[in-house]
Amino acid sequence: MSEATVTDSGTPQPRPSGLEGFVADWSSDQRTFKGVPWGKAMMWIFLLSDTFIFSCFLLSYMTVRMSTTVPWPNPSEVFALSFGGDPIPLILIAIMTFILITSSGTMALAVNYGYRKDRTKTAVLLVVTALFGATFVGMQAFEWTKLIVDEGVRPWGNPMGAAQFGSTFFMITGFHGFHVSVGVVFLLIVARKVIRGEYDRGEKGFFTSRRGSYEHVETMGLYWHFVDLVWVFIFAFFYLW
Amino acid sequence: MAQESEHVEGQQHPLGVYFKIWGWLFVLSTASYMVDYFHVQGMLRWTLILIFMVAKAGLIVAVFMHMMWERLALIYAILAPPAAVLLFTALMTSESGYTFLTRTIFFAP
Repeated sequence: MSEATVTDSGTPQPRPSGLEGFVADWSSDQRTFKGVPWGKAMMWIFLLSDTFIFSCFLLSYMTVRMSTTVPWPNPSEVFALSFGGDPIPLILIAIMTFILITSSGTMALAVNYGYRKDRTKTAVLLVVTALFGATFVGMQAFEWTKLIVDEGVRPWGNPMGAAQFGSTFFMITGFHGFHVSVGVVFLLIVARKVIRGEYDRGEKGFFTSRRGSYEHVETMGLYWHFVDLVWVFIFAFFYLW
Repeated sequence: MAQESEHVEGQQHPLGVYFKIWGWLFVLSTASYMVDYFHVQGMLRWTLILIFMVAKAGLIVAVFMHMMWERLALIYAILAPPAAVLLFTALMTSESGYTFLTRTIFFAP
């Protein structure tokens, strides 16, 4: 790590590491997050707040599921899908999980190629990530349609059991799907900026009017990985539990 | 690894790390799907689900989101506050237990 602080004398001082570094970074009148661009620190703080939002959703789901006296519908059967033969449990959700993980991988590669200033590869990988994201949302739309039209699940009730199943399902997966959709839009915006070379020239963005740089790809990546991260928890708690 | 490049503020890591983690995420996802596919039930099911979930989340945050290469100032600022959620979970567990109890007592058919 080669982070340094510029002092009055102009000589960079090496930062202490470990716990000592933690105290040194947080104390005195200085920038706390060393080696982290402004936009990235703000994205992390936004993601922290988003963590609490999704935590509250999952906690309310836990509360209604634990307190209902009516049996909870078995997600393994509700989300089963048959391709001509016997229904395979949860198969659509499994495929959606793999699609999201794949998109996370292409995103990580895009960030890496971004720092190498490889415009074409970064843009292509960003577009591929966006395509996987769009596929995910498409499959979610299919899942919702199947549940609403074929199985009669509504936010206020369903034929399989506890009424809260529908309300928590639509709220949690809906909010997550919205996050994915927003991510797809921003992936395409960042891909366009990359391919036009706006990050090479350091052009100012339309929103913050700060100079663009390839660090924006990493900030975008943080958001995208977070969307994948939330899905890990939804998959475990809502679909598998 | 470019240590002395003009871009000090950047996360540059060899590609192999990402492919390795990518592979592990696939393995862990398959494993958690297998828990459901083979109808593992009870305590074992919940334990396995939680282990695979925490492992996946940890890999994503540590490597894909570069948290393991950040300074402690950022790591603590972001990862410590969600611990409050655990307390919230404990509160709501006891609360929903109480709701369930009153429902079985007063709304029993």
